[in-house]
Amino acid sequence: MDKGALASALGAPSAFGQSQFAFVRGNAFEARVKADGGAELLRLVHERLDPGAAPPADARVPELTATGPRGRAARTELALGEASAAGAWTLLDHPMLALDVAGSPAFLEPDAVVVHPDGSWTVVEIKSFPMLDGSADPAKVGAAARQAAVYVLALEELAARLDPVPPVRHRALLVCPKDFSNLPTASAVDVRKQRAVTSRQLARLTRIEEIADALPEGVCFAPDLPAEELTAAVESVPAAYAPECLSACELAFHCRARSRADGAVTALGRPVRAELGGLTTVADVLAAARGETGDPADPAVAALRRAAALRAEALEAACR
Amino acid sequence: MTTQAVPAGNAASDPATAAARATAAILSDTLHGRERGVVVDSPPGAGKSTLVVRAALELAEAGRPLMIVAQTNAQVDDLVLRLAEKSPQLPVGRLHSSDADPYDKALDDLPNVRKSAKAADLAGLAVVVSTAAKWAHVKVDEPWRHAIVDEAYQMRSDSLLAVAGLFERALFVGDPGQLDPFAIVGSEQWAGLSYDPSASAVSTLLAHNPGLPQHRLPVSWRLPASAAPLVSDAFYPYTPFRSGTAHDDRRLTFAVPSDGSGPDRVIDEAAGSGWGLLELPARHTPRTDPEAVGAVAAVVGRLLDRGGAAVSERSSDPVPLTADRIAVGTAHRDQAAAVRAALAGLGVADVTVDTANRLQGREFDVTVVLHPLSGRPDATAFHLETGRLCVLASRHRHACIVVCRAGVSELLDDYPSTEPVQLGTVVKFPDGWEAMMSTWDHWSGHRVPWRP
Amino acid sequence: MSLISTLARLEAVHTGRAQPAATVRHRHLSERPLVLVPLTTAGEAGAPLGALVGTDRDAPHLLVVEQPRDRDLRFAFLAELADVVLPYIDACAGAVETAERTETDPETGKRVKVEVDLCADAAQLIVPSRAGIDFVRLLGRSMRFRRTAEQDPEAPHPAPPRVPLLGRWLTHYGERARVPGSSLLLAMTDVLGRHWATGQSTLEDQHLGALLAWIDPPEGMSGAEAALRAELERDAGGQLLCPPAGPATDPAFDNKLLAPAIERYDRARSALAAAEDGADADERLAALTAAEREIRALVDSRTRPTWDAVWRGLDLLRALPEGARVEERWTRDRWSFTGHRDRVLAGEPPQPRRDDAVTAANKLATREREQARLEAQEALDDPLVMAGRRLAGEAFAGEVTDVVMAYGEGRRPAPRPLVTVRTDDRPQLGERAKVYRSLGGRPQAAEFVGYEEDGSCVVLRIVDKMGRGKEPEAGSVPEKGDRVCFTLFEHEQRGGAKLPDPEQTPWTHGGPPGEAVPEAADPLTEEDLL
Repeated sequence: MDKGALASALGAPSAFGQSQFAFVRGNAFEARVKADGGAELLRLVHERLDPGAAPPADARVPELTATGPRGRAARTELALGEASAAGAWTLLDHPMLALDVAGSPAFLEPDAVVVHPDGSWTVVEIKSFPMLDGSADPAKVGAAARQAAVYVLALEELAARLDPVPPVRHRALLVCPKDFSNLPTASAVDVRKQRAVTSRQLARLTRIEEIADALPEGVCFAPDLPAEELTAAVESVPAAYAPECLSACELAFHCRARSRADGAVTALGRPVRAELGGLTTVADVLAAARGETGDPADPAVAALRRAAALRAEALEAACR
Repeated sequence: MTTQAVPAGNAASDPATAAARATAAILSDTLHGRERGVVVDSPPGAGKSTLVVRAALELAEAGRPLMIVAQTNAQVDDLVLRLAEKSPQLPVGRLHSSDADPYDKALDDLPNVRKSAKAADLAGLAVVVSTAAKWAHVKVDEPWRHAIVDEAYQMRSDSLLAVAGLFERALFVGDPGQLDPFAIVGSEQWAGLSYDPSASAVSTLLAHNPGLPQHRLPVSWRLPASAAPLVSDAFYPYTPFRSGTAHDDRRLTFAVPSDGSGPDRVIDEAAGSGWGLLELPARHTPRTDPEAVGAVAAVVGRLLDRGGAAVSERSSDPVPLTADRIAVGTAHRDQAAAVRAALAGLGVADVTVDTANRLQGREFDVTVVLHPLSGRPDATAFHLETGRLCVLASRHRHACIVVCRAGVSELLDDYPSTEPVQLGTVVKFPDGWEAMMSTWDHWSGHRVPWRP
Repeated sequence: MSLISTLARLEAVHTGRAQPAATVRHRHLSERPLVLVPLTTAGEAGAPLGALVGTDRDAPHLLVVEQPRDRDLRFAFLAELADVVLPYIDACAGAVETAERTETDPETGKRVKVEVDLCADAAQLIVPSRAGIDFVRLLGRSMRFRRTAEQDPEAPHPAPPRVPLLGRWLTHYGERARVPGSSLLLAMTDVLGRHWATGQSTLEDQHLGALLAWIDPPEGMSGAEAALRAELERDAGGQLLCPPAGPATDPAFDNKLLAPAIERYDRARSALAAAEDGADADERLAALTAAEREIRALVDSRTRPTWDAVWRGLDLLRALPEGARVEERWTRDRWSFTGHRDRVLAGEPPQPRRDDAVTAANKLATREREQARLEAQEALDDPLVMAGRRLAGEAFAGEVTDVVMAYGEGRRPAPRPLVTVRTDDRPQLGERAKVYRSLGGRPQAAEFVGYEEDGSCVVLRIVDKMGRGKEPEAGSVPEKGDRVCFTLFEHEQRGGAKLPDPEQTPWTHGGPPGEAVPEAADPLTEEDLL
């Protein structure tokens, strides 16, 4: 579903979009990394992850084109099996993987998967943010690691169908531009933690179906519906807005407007709720702080009143 | 979740043999090895203090001047008392700060323990013990031949930098699963550097000296057979350990039968299985949730009222479960204060009530834990820190009762783990979110719902 | 977030205007700060697009890189930036006063007082947002290793000496900005956010336009409405009315305005290069100049609103009285500034890419100490901050209800008066806990003795700052009826242990680093450019 178009139709367009400068550079960088049959990329995999193996020369780059995601996934599975059996450096450029999510397949397209001479597989993520003096933005690396972990899980699902089962390496290779240049450099990223977490999250995602079941029948998110109908449709899906959504979701401005209209304190950030106990709206909290409502025996209410009194005292002292 | 097999010592041998073999290897490397350092990982209750005292005595016996570095004054005093207990004749120095009341008054009763705020006054003693903070101010011309660094995983790298010039070689002992050291300001700019000053002393040491012998005490003598597998799987996924006792070695019984209330039922569940989860109805609450605090106090009260008795490998006669054998653990200080007040209200005294930080290294028969996520509307990094939950879940010899509001797994679903990743850092296991989930799943099998 | 600041934010939501989060100004503001509003190119690491910079709010210097991927243009921009910034720094570096400092005498090893120069004022740099501080660091990193023609006559694209010099200064400012309470390099959003609580989240406060809208909304508008407008409103051409404070630009601006303009510029430049005769060249030069002017106008249009916003923020902050201890912290900034000036003068090499073990540990220790100092000083300077500490049980205020004279033990009994304070606060006092109050700006210590009257009264024993006599000096002991405020935290910070010299780095931390090797310049490769 196109959440950006949906947001505009709801009357709360987001600031999303990508600068063509970033887009061009990202593509050019990935092309550079994969040029010459992936020579540079394979050199980095060899150097950072498998220095004991024979250096990659004349690596195989199997053709993976096929019709539709299912076809491409089948083609990828075949190529991976062949590569592991062959025991030679192989680069799979944009393979297609399927991962079971709550009973239905989700199709994933990693930047690359490399098959080592020992038959094992490595996930490669190519990003255009820089590694400056060996370090990179931790939030971006974290996101890349979580993404790689999903690919690892999908590869493990696939590997389990092969005989013998090829090992999927738990250290992914993150390739980025070095310092201020456009030359690639790489760092191994241990994704065992992210893999464990993702695996547990997927196991719990049976709830997705429950959510889908719980949706009112006939709910439809087509942007050409009138705004009121759209709003009603979106409202029927439970969503907990928090400011972090602003940088992650096209619908965030819409959700924020709803959240503010409801007076939800979490519109100010989720940590705000930490000490408010059962109070969830601005009006309730302020009324409790002023002593108009609330049970003084409730420690949240008592603390609010003390805070309000201390704040008033301090502001008064400052005016004097 | 274990995907990499790690040899867990010789699993076939009995625990005592496995532990003795590990200890012998450690002492051999410490006394006769050629490397400048030896690292020992010690899971909860694996005999770390015993090992430190034994190594200290053997080094002293061999005539090697020894300095011991611990992290807190309480740990230093505890070590001095243990050394004097094992070897009353040994001349021990207690180097202390110049603040008021710098050491435990009990040390004044030990004739061979000399106390001073100046290192020079303690020169020539077989063993000198102090905190890392105090050692950092000591200057010497001639370094000590040997050092023991205790709780090395709780020591910061910069703190080791300040004292490492004082000794030639050292034995580093600690528990990697407990609370990590922290800095009160950001230190991201050094993440990934081998000597990141905010990292643990052990990670810096091993980054620069990867060839040092690393040992692991493989057996927990504290945790019962019911607890060791969960604590090991959840908090030490790649360095497992086992319990030194079997399921029927320990027994917890109560003279007064259950009255059918929530606290009594959860006590019986925990007495039978080692774990109990007293689950209160889901609700968002402030930290000092009166109902949860009341439930904790009620459980403690009933533990005492019901005439508990513990049988263990230490004694075949039942030992009464007294207040000093029970502890309450919380995440925050105000929660501990609230529980203390509630216990005082019930007329209960002498039960230890403290935060995870202050319970590190302590041991009890039964613990009652207020779950860090109980009633929380949000889950912060503080509450998801694995070390905190690990400390709380690994203080007991017989049983651990967790008190919590329902809704933990839903809360965790809303706060998926999105930790940032610093390139070049060694990944620390496990993930807090994952450990919270796996322990919660296990405890849910011992759930007693209760509406106070 | 403390409950007091939560309440302030909720009040802001309720009233539609930001609420005070401080009653005094906790950061130093220079009489004549240098404001820098940089823009960068999306997707590139360290390819500036332009900047507005200067000390005169009515006459900023506009610097523009017409083709951000052109290395020569980029270097010219950096040299121009140095031409604006360095004279400002030099002016401060040149005016000194004499100050005393304690140093260790290298011969005797004793601590002795020496007279040294201290810059009378330090240069203050203000950027719009936290991302601007990161960008200052990035610029410093990209410039300080550049080679000059004198250092390396063979170097392609040699840099004028002022470029690596500016790189070193910007690096120093970027590092100093990590020291809590420092004011050498400030982000306007951080400083405003420190002093006002808005009705939005701290994340949204990173938007300078929205933050200012909450603090000082235009006539007839609520803060919430004005902030929403600042965040989202676009003109007919789809451009934001309030462009982001940078250095990142809005993608819509890049795609719809900037990219076509750069393309026209590139075309005009190739056309000029291909010109065949003078008349032809004149015409094509005019086209190129027009293309340049277009890009300059675009950069100006995106930076000017932010430039004005920063100065408006300064006006708002200047209206707050400066906290009593701000001056003391600024003096530390001046020492830091002077220290860097002296290192440059002494011919020391630029800051290395990575700190060594000892430097890193020393920096961390300094920052932790400054963090503790800042927390204590802000509370002592500002009753609203102290209110937060009181709510947290880290301080208490109340009225003295009783004073009983008592004396300590020992040969010469010193006064140890017992003071009873009635308070509604709930300090978390442990047995014999130390507490402190400010007495003429200096901390006076007392010891917790116990509670009285169901816990509403705290009995303390005053233990110092009463003079040497048997009777306490006048005014050194609180009197019945006085309002007092004691803190559980110390007011002054002790220095930490001295770490070894870098040459003495122990084996646990990799041993001595060995002879210092000058850091290599970043290699310039054709691959830098697409």
